[in-house]
Amino acid sequence: MEQIITSMLFATIVAGTPLIITALGELVTEKSGVLNLGAEGIMAVGAVAGFAVAHDSGSTTAGVFAGMAAGAAMSLIFAVVTLTLMANQVASGLALSIFGVGLSAFIGKPYESETMLAVPPIRIPLLADIPIVGPALFEQQSLVYLSWALLAGVSWFLYRSRWGLVLRAVGESPTSAHSIGYPVIRIRYLATIFGGAMAGIGGAFLSVFYTPLWVEGMVAGRGWIALALVVFATWRPLRVLVGAYLFGGVMITQLFLQGSGAQIDIPSQFLTSLPYWATIVVLVVISRNLQTIRLNSPVSLGQPYRPE
Amino acid sequence: MFRLETRPEASEAMRYWSPAIAVALTLAGGMVIFAALGKNPVEGFRVFFVSPMRDLNGIAELLLKATPLMLIAVGLAVGFRANVWNIGAEGQFLMGAVGATGVALAFKGASAVVLLPSMIVAGAIGGALWAAIPAVLKTRFNANEILTSLMLVYIAQLGVSWLVFGPWKDPAGFNFPQTETFEDAALLPMLIEGTRLNLAFVVALAALAGGYVFMAKSFVGFKMRVAGESEAAARYAGFSAVAMVWIGMLVGGAAAGIAGMAEVAGPAGQLTDKLSSGYGFAAIIVAFVGRLNPIGIFFASLLMALLYIGGEQAQQYLSLPSSISKVFQGMLLFFLLGSDVLIQYRLRRVVRAHKVA
Repeated sequence: MEQIITSMLFATIVAGTPLIITALGELVTEKSGVLNLGAEGIMAVGAVAGFAVAHDSGSTTAGVFAGMAAGAAMSLIFAVVTLTLMANQVASGLALSIFGVGLSAFIGKPYESETMLAVPPIRIPLLADIPIVGPALFEQQSLVYLSWALLAGVSWFLYRSRWGLVLRAVGESPTSAHSIGYPVIRIRYLATIFGGAMAGIGGAFLSVFYTPLWVEGMVAGRGWIALALVVFATWRPLRVLVGAYLFGGVMITQLFLQGSGAQIDIPSQFLTSLPYWATIVVLVVISRNLQTIRLNSPVSLGQPYRPE
Repeated sequence: MFRLETRPEASEAMRYWSPAIAVALTLAGGMVIFAALGKNPVEGFRVFFVSPMRDLNGIAELLLKATPLMLIAVGLAVGFRANVWNIGAEGQFLMGAVGATGVALAFKGASAVVLLPSMIVAGAIGGALWAAIPAVLKTRFNANEILTSLMLVYIAQLGVSWLVFGPWKDPAGFNFPQTETFEDAALLPMLIEGTRLNLAFVVALAALAGGYVFMAKSFVGFKMRVAGESEAAARYAGFSAVAMVWIGMLVGGAAAGIAGMAEVAGPAGQLTDKLSSGYGFAAIIVAFVGRLNPIGIFFASLLMALLYIGGEQAQQYLSLPSSISKVFQGMLLFFLLGSDVLIQYRLRRVVRAHKVA
């Protein structure tokens, strides 16, 4: 029994990790007032770039950096179109998602049947010896630890640093931020590229650590779920972590039920659809209180801005 | 150096030139990609854009591919004009196909005169019901329709998979995930002998005409346009935002559902787990490139269909993955969104000489 709890907890954390990394990146982007709906496409390109480089070079670290660079490049396209050319952010984000999913399928074709060895986890001495939770929390992949560091870093940056304050000011009122001399567009560029880089890492985590292989469509809506998580978290970093693990839990529970061979009369497709239903339910629960959303979402979210 | 300068008035001409610029840039980008992949760009261009239209059959295939795109895009345009972002047309397409398949399988032996119209209605209802979910969630609970309609795409795909692997699997189908092939009475009649172009193309043209009348001539269409251009103005005039969401969603869902019906009762002839080639998403691009205008959508869907078929040709003759067509489709939308800046702004040459002082 203890074994089962440990392994389910372990798997939940692994499943939640790409969501945390992607959603925290998107949160920073959105805090600056930019709504990038391209996370799904960015993750797909990050996943294929990560897998291709890790596979060809034999270095998973290189794979992660490739995913990050690919993600940053993708979001740069989005930034040019929306911030410099002032295109509609919703339409451009959708374009990025469609483009990214297509591009990843195109680039990934030669890698479809390639495999890679699983990356061994990193064990943290002493902590990993704690019964039940120890092995689940402290004998994990490097990127799991990175996701925690990212949470701490993003929280500190947004709420404790001067530039975090500036970034939030840009998201709340670009006009005021501009009038006291802050480079609104440049800050939005940086926030967007940071978000893209993180989504790229999130994608690379899927293909390099989680599976590890590349299949077309493997991101399977996780980019959209990460976007929903930001709303669910009402734009607060710690709640992103909680939400991501909740989703990880739903994903793992359904996999576990399917794999357990238990004689339950539920079609596997229904179980697989649970995380998507959960996303809808969560969005409904959070959004029904208009006040919460209005108070917490960055005021200028999605609005183009042009300093005159 | 160039600088963007606000135009005193938005340029009407640019509204129509921008898609042309985007197409030209996509073609140029395509040539660059072919060259980068070590293919002859001229040969690539010929395979992709010219050879699909070489004969009557080629043109019929092009119109066949354009049919679902036209139908879905004109439905989506109704909502997009009012800023109702129904992104889940892919799921509504599948649920329309499910509805139509249900009718076809339940009423075997019925005559085509009864069966086909019932299948169209069932397809429209299937799509509209699936679109009604995000509409309820938006109007009652304020849930973002982009995310909910998208989640429903994944759920619809899994639902179709369950049907064709489970209760609807053809018992004589060697365990393939597909239903029985439809009887002749459940298949749309062909328009041109010897090709696969069927009656759905006429339905799509009718939908474009209907969409034009609705958007350009009806009061509801006018209200939706106002709501899209200025939310405040719409509220001031007392137009109901809830009604906009419902109309936008239901029209889009029904149109996508009919497209799904046309696919199972047309080229597919049965429901399978690989029914759609991403038509629901491609139609979003079609709607934008067509300027949310039925006439524009007609031409944009032909272009997108050409990209689809070009991708298949590129796979066959240039040994490139057919997903290259999705790369081109994405590029097209990006170039369009980028070129649109020229509607509100113009490029000005900035001369730095006068800075000497």
